[in-house]
Amino acid sequence: MEIILNGEPASVPDGTTVADLIERLALSGKRIALEINEDIVPRSQYGERRLQPGDRLEIVHAIGGG
Amino acid sequence: MNDTRDDLLTIAGKTYRSRLLVGTGKYKDFEETRQAIEASGAEIVTVAIRRTNIGQNAGEPNLLDVLPPDRYTILPNTAGCYTAKDAVRTCRLARELLDGHDLVKLEVLGDDKTLYPDLPATLEAAEQLVKEGFKVMVYTSDDPIMAKRFEELGCVAVMPLAAPIGSGLGIQNRYNILTIVENAKVPILVDAGVGTASDAAIAMELGCDGVLMNTAIAGAKNPVLMASAMRKAVEAGREAFRAGRIPRKRYASASSPLDGTFF
Repeated sequence: MEIILNGEPASVPDGTTVADLIERLALSGKRIALEINEDIVPRSQYGERRLQPGDRLEIVHAIGGG
Repeated sequence: MNDTRDDLLTIAGKTYRSRLLVGTGKYKDFEETRQAIEASGAEIVTVAIRRTNIGQNAGEPNLLDVLPPDRYTILPNTAGCYTAKDAVRTCRLARELLDGHDLVKLEVLGDDKTLYPDLPATLEAAEQLVKEGFKVMVYTSDDPIMAKRFEELGCVAVMPLAAPIGSGLGIQNRYNILTIVENAKVPILVDAGVGTASDAAIAMELGCDGVLMNTAIAGAKNPVLMASAMRKAVEAGREAFRAGRIPRKRYASASSPLDGTFF
């Protein structure tokens, strides 16, 4: 199925959880935060939350800023 | 009373020895960031929240590894946000990123030429964030009425600009900053526009509780040396404020006694 990941189209297998995606992106254990369709997904829910076609994901981290 | 070690800055119930808050943008690399922040003595450091580079970050160092949240108070900002909605979203992501840490620096910008705050949008965002339990340190213009509004709304610190972000022009309206300080019951920090050490000292001499800066340090030819200069300027300005300066007089007043002259 197709999703939008950080503004870009991406393809993931049906049934993919947030945890699966994070693992695939080699982001496991990294300091990140994630929202789906503008709602925060708490880290504790990564394992159970399944992606739906058309979901818009944002994965963010902290960078230098003033 | 005279001991500087007892003169602490309190923000949202937490105390800090340093009154200099620094940003982490515009440095050459993480090592320079680390060294400059070390030299500044800052305990509160700002960070921005941005998209992770998908597929390009395996093994890439993370800013929060350089500035561990157990050592520094991380102050996520909403830089780059032009709407209240984007600012609120950014703060929610930051809180999740930092395991529930709810101190944020709110800025909602009006245009990219001045980077002046959009105050109606900033008010709207501040109100929402306070409602959601965030501790909001708000970037605002040097308008005393707005500063009061933000305080009344429940912001934990109000941070008027000295001059436009990154301009290095120094405090353009010290009487406004003074009025804001005199009216305030929450900490007032000058945020943005500082160019060099004397600008930071002036902010502190006016009675500000602290100064937040980024470009003045990161953009200096030698950022680590400038960070050290800023630390001293903030400390010197604070001590001068606490000491109480002499009044300004138009004419001279001799320093040596006139009695006992033999000529």
